Amino acid sequence: MKRPLAIVLVRGAALLVGLVSLAVTAHSGPAERGAALAFGVLVLVGELTRWSGTPGAAGPEVREPAPLGAAGALSYALLGEDAGRASHHGAFQAGAVVLAASLLGSVPHIARGRGDTLDHLARRVLTVFFAAVCFQPLYATGVLGRWGGPAYALVLLALLVLTALCGAVLAAVPVHCRTRWPFGPLLREELRGLLGIGSAVCATGAVMALGVAVAGLWALPVFALPLLLAQLSFRRYAAVRDVYRQTIASLARATEVAGYTPAGHARRVAVLSRAVGREMGLSEPELTVLEYAALMHDIGQLSLVDPVPAGATADLPAAEQRRIALLGGAVVRQTGVDREVAVVVERQADPCPEQPLPARIVRAVNAYDEKARDAGPGGPLKALEELRLAGADDYAPEVLAALARVLARDGLTLPVAG
Amino acid sequence: MEAVPRRARVYVACVVLGALPCVLPVLPALPLTAAPGTGTPWAAVLPLAALYAGCEQLARRRFAGTGYPVLLAAAFLLPPSAAALVALPGALLARAGRHSDPLRRAWRASQLALAVWAAARAHTALGGHDTVAACRFPAALGCAGAAAVAFSLVLTALDGGIRATCAHVPLRRAWRGLFARTLAPVAVHGLAGLMMAVLWRSPYGPVAALLVLLPMGASWWAYAQYDRERAAHRATIRALVQAVDLKDGYTRGHSERVGRASMMIARELGMDDERVEVLRFAGILHDIGKLGVPTRLLRKDGPLTPEERRVIELHPEYGHEMVRGISFLGEARAAILHHHERLDGSGYPYGLSGDRIPECARVVAVADAFDAMTSSRSYRRPRPVPEALRELRRCAGAQFAPRMVTALVRALARHGWHPAVTADDDRTPAPAAPPEAHTPARSPEDGGARGTGGAAGAGGAAEEDGAAVPPEAAEGAAARPGTSGAAVPPESGAAARPGGSARR
Repeated sequence: MKRPLAIVLVRGAALLVGLVSLAVTAHSGPAERGAALAFGVLVLVGELTRWSGTPGAAGPEVREPAPLGAAGALSYALLGEDAGRASHHGAFQAGAVVLAASLLGSVPHIARGRGDTLDHLARRVLTVFFAAVCFQPLYATGVLGRWGGPAYALVLLALLVLTALCGAVLAAVPVHCRTRWPFGPLLREELRGLLGIGSAVCATGAVMALGVAVAGLWALPVFALPLLLAQLSFRRYAAVRDVYRQTIASLARATEVAGYTPAGHARRVAVLSRAVGREMGLSEPELTVLEYAALMHDIGQLSLVDPVPAGATADLPAAEQRRIALLGGAVVRQTGVDREVAVVVERQADPCPEQPLPARIVRAVNAYDEKARDAGPGGPLKALEELRLAGADDYAPEVLAALARVLARDGLTLPVAG
Repeated sequence: MEAVPRRARVYVACVVLGALPCVLPVLPALPLTAAPGTGTPWAAVLPLAALYAGCEQLARRRFAGTGYPVLLAAAFLLPPSAAALVALPGALLARAGRHSDPLRRAWRASQLALAVWAAARAHTALGGHDTVAACRFPAALGCAGAAAVAFSLVLTALDGGIRATCAHVPLRRAWRGLFARTLAPVAVHGLAGLMMAVLWRSPYGPVAALLVLLPMGASWWAYAQYDRERAAHRATIRALVQAVDLKDGYTRGHSERVGRASMMIARELGMDDERVEVLRFAGILHDIGKLGVPTRLLRKDGPLTPEERRVIELHPEYGHEMVRGISFLGEARAAILHHHERLDGSGYPYGLSGDRIPECARVVAVADAFDAMTSSRSYRRPRPVPEALRELRRCAGAQFAPRMVTALVRALARHGWHPAVTADDDRTPAPAAPPEAHTPARSPEDGGARGTGGAAGAGGAAEEDGAAVPPEAAEGAAARPGTSGAAVPPESGAAARPGGSARR
């Protein structure tokens, strides 16, 4: 597969920075070996305890997979003093230490065959080098020292925020290149992620740099602890979200085992709805609502006495569709899911102009899946054409356009059932 | 605060009186009168107090101890009385949940003031202020640790007192485990407080100290989200289970009770906590597959055709198919698939026998049969527990695993059986609406029937479905001519299905 140019650029830049850093450090010999070793160990530990779940599956707030590693690396880049003595490691040494520690820490992840390790490493090296290049020369000139303590802290914080923005761009680029999802919403989600654990990482990075400046290397383990706790809390949150998602998917499968809908229908509609929603620029919480609603859109059929033939609700009379949708909404309301999900399920059969956007998406994608699945090789195109011809009262044109774009990107194949 | 006992009021008054001397020495030394450098360091007290009040307001009292790092930082920075003062505005202003009466605020403020005072006192006595100012690190950690211990000691001592006076618990029991539970979080808060104090004293000043609170805040936020999501997940599972119970014509809470009985058996068998929890879920979700069986069949009047029987007997496989994607259920998924297997191999879906039936499935089978016998269904009265146990013992070996039956008997002897479902909050208390014949009770038209459980179906389901979805024990009893088949409706059980034993 041909790699997109942007990914090649990012990785190439990271490689270049890494090699130059290593060469310069090896040539001049490392300064302050104790501090270098301590920070290296911290980054190593952070990388080893890296989050091994799928990034993003649990929401944008959990996006940074190795908070401790990130904070340690950033604080080394922004380290000016060690217990009152000025330190002399430059930007290159910061890059070299972080690269070496991250590489070592990534060995288990690479061994386990995780695909995103390279991107993660590239992002880490580039962000750290950026922070160090901004800070170390500034510090060496002595300007910061003249401004006094509080201003120094604020400068650190500002630099970290800048670095975090760069990191968000660097994180969004490979995802955009690989999936062709629109860049704007991706970047917005990355920025939202900064508010969650990202803010904790930035704050800890600054605090560790300042703490080491005041108290020496003792500060490292002490200051890392709150971040470790935050990491644990975020993981637990991510885990419970996963479980919840699986439970909803199971509930959705009830209609399938009952024979009301064909196997995998709910799952396919959910995956495709999410893709369409992303194409249309919905935010991550909205996508979650959309996904849950899509999973449960047929649940009203459980309340029917006789199954709809092949579960094809799209061909029923409108009043009957609406009745099933209302039944489904009632079920969803009972399940304690977000109220918005129930609203989407309830209104999926309303006339299109009155529907909220997620309901329009679910309706169109559901109809598409029902029409496309039995139609053989030309099915997807024919199904899309049928939906277009059905008129704007049934299916929103902008949703159909997004659907067509998503399908064209995925080579007009149905997403595989999960 | 409804009906606070008089002695609790007296106790709170005593604590308030005790806290006053901690704070009072500060007050005469107002900023105007005190010479600079001596007196109370108002420049530190005021921002810290504001910070603490801010933390408490932000957290809205959902989590106790949100502002503890600030309090402990105050204890590490200030003389004892000034540190105690820091706690007051925040505690007095905070909204204490639903109860925001003056008594509770006074109690909280004086408790915290005392605790912070004690922490600061311990810290000063060990010379901690110097270690913080000079950043002598191992020593600073030791002093902070001692202060944290003092802080949580005072907190728990006072907390135990209020429990004892309010709830009439013996003092010893009120205190048991309290200290151990408090110390760990307070220790973490202490570390954060130490970091704040060190940075506050450093040239970088309070701005840097504020940053320490960000990771803590992120943790709390994540924890709150976790809590919310878990509650939603529980609600979802409960709704699922209620739907099944209702659809099946069981009395409400059958699934929950099977979960409880499975858990009791698992505990008695000495399984570890994680497995016990998995078995609870296995019990709760064992009949989940019935969601996929047409309600018409589950509640059918009169005898079932072999065809219909086969459809109903698909429910373990349906259930397994539904939950196989839920990873945390682990072996509970096997229990759902195999809970209708019988030890002699005559069960379904696979006709496994003996040890080839997964252990958890054997547990759930016993729990299911036990609750089916002891709970009332729409058409019959419940059997008493001893009789049900006799029945289980009789069928042990052929139908049930004897080990599980013995475990259940022992567990019941030890803990008793309390069938009330505590986890069950009924959010739809509605009058019994007549169920519509063509929709299960979940439709909006008759959604009101949910709350009334089996009663809703009482008319139509009078004598049908003990036969349709037979509780195992009922089958066992029906299989033996001459045994009392109380679990089976007399008209339909034996008469309509003479071949009750050959069911597959």
